[in-house]
Amino acid sequence: MKITKVAKAGTLESNDILIMVSPKDQGIIELDLESIVMQQFGEVIKQVILHKVQEMGVEGVSIKAQDRGALDCTIAARVETALNRAI
Amino acid sequence: MQALRRSMLFMPGNSPRMLQDAAILGADSIILDLEDAVSLTEKDSARILVREAIKTIDYSAVEVVVRVNPLDTEFGAPDIEVIARVRPNTLLIPKANEEEIRLVDKTLTKIEAEEGFPSGGIKIIALIETALGLENVYNVIKASPRTVGVLLGGEDLTADLGIERTKEGEEIFYARNKVATVCRALKVDAIDTPFTDTNDHEGLKKDTARGKGLGLTGKAAINPRQIETIHSVFAPTQNELKWALRILEAMEEAEKEGQGVFSLDGKMIDAPVINRARRIVDQGVRLGLISGEGGAK
Repeated sequence: MKITKVAKAGTLESNDILIMVSPKDQGIIELDLESIVMQQFGEVIKQVILHKVQEMGVEGVSIKAQDRGALDCTIAARVETALNRAI
Repeated sequence: MQALRRSMLFMPGNSPRMLQDAAILGADSIILDLEDAVSLTEKDSARILVREAIKTIDYSAVEVVVRVNPLDTEFGAPDIEVIARVRPNTLLIPKANEEEIRLVDKTLTKIEAEEGFPSGGIKIIALIETALGLENVYNVIKASPRTVGVLLGGEDLTADLGIERTKEGEEIFYARNKVATVCRALKVDAIDTPFTDTNDHEGLKKDTARGKGLGLTGKAAINPRQIETIHSVFAPTQNELKWALRILEAMEEAEKEGQGVFSLDGKMIDAPVINRARRIVDQGVRLGLISGEGGAK
């Protein structure tokens, strides 16, 4: 799956996450995460985002994520939506 | 035992916070809404969010109903295609007509076979909110054996009829009657339109009682604060329960003595009265107001 444009999904409301994706060269996956629960759950959130990127077969992408305490299912849903919108 | 549908609470499908809370608000059913509560630009996002929520969040204490978009829009078919694969209990089909219910049934049968789900497991509730749908409600229900109920959509219906929607609801008197009668005839649930003033609890109580009095079996809610009031109206009263239990006791005695028809307190008790008593006792058992053996708690 090739990312061709910048796209966003989600919101900055509580329990949500705002995801912005933009194209990167093949093989490069960049992730910039900001979260209100970074200390406790930062690594888990990163894993959920990267797992979804891998599952969708994305070749190169830069992801900026601003988390407001989203559940894993919300994180996965917002990443999937952003990536679908960026094709 | 069939699930109770006294209250069906609408929750916006693109709000993670509300999807998280939906199961614990006390409603019998939650309607995760992909239609009116979601803007046109967020339809894709809400569909995926609701799919993930159903896969992950424990909604086992409530009936999960998803209101998909109308099938004559570009969103309706993809909604069903995506949501049916995570097996919600029920789909709510807006602006329902006979052909669309048939088409939804066929699509669900195909998806259930592909996913290895039991055939016919995903149910349908038809949202009746057009004049044509209302006049054809019998055939709409009969269009699929999956149909377990009808929800009357008063706002869209009155818009379609070109009449004003009022708090008193006189303008939907016929629609409520029609839906209640047909649903009772076909033994499916008849769910009343929501009361839209979320701060008027007296008004909600009256409106709910008006629907119940016409034979409707439950009511949609648009705010969690409405649930308790709706449940209080639909719960059988202690007097109703006592009356129903006495009828059934007297019936058992009469059966032992080989009597087909009997009287209680000087009134003849026949099949319709017994059926009504059975319905009240059944509801009392389901609500935990009386024990399964029929004894008052």
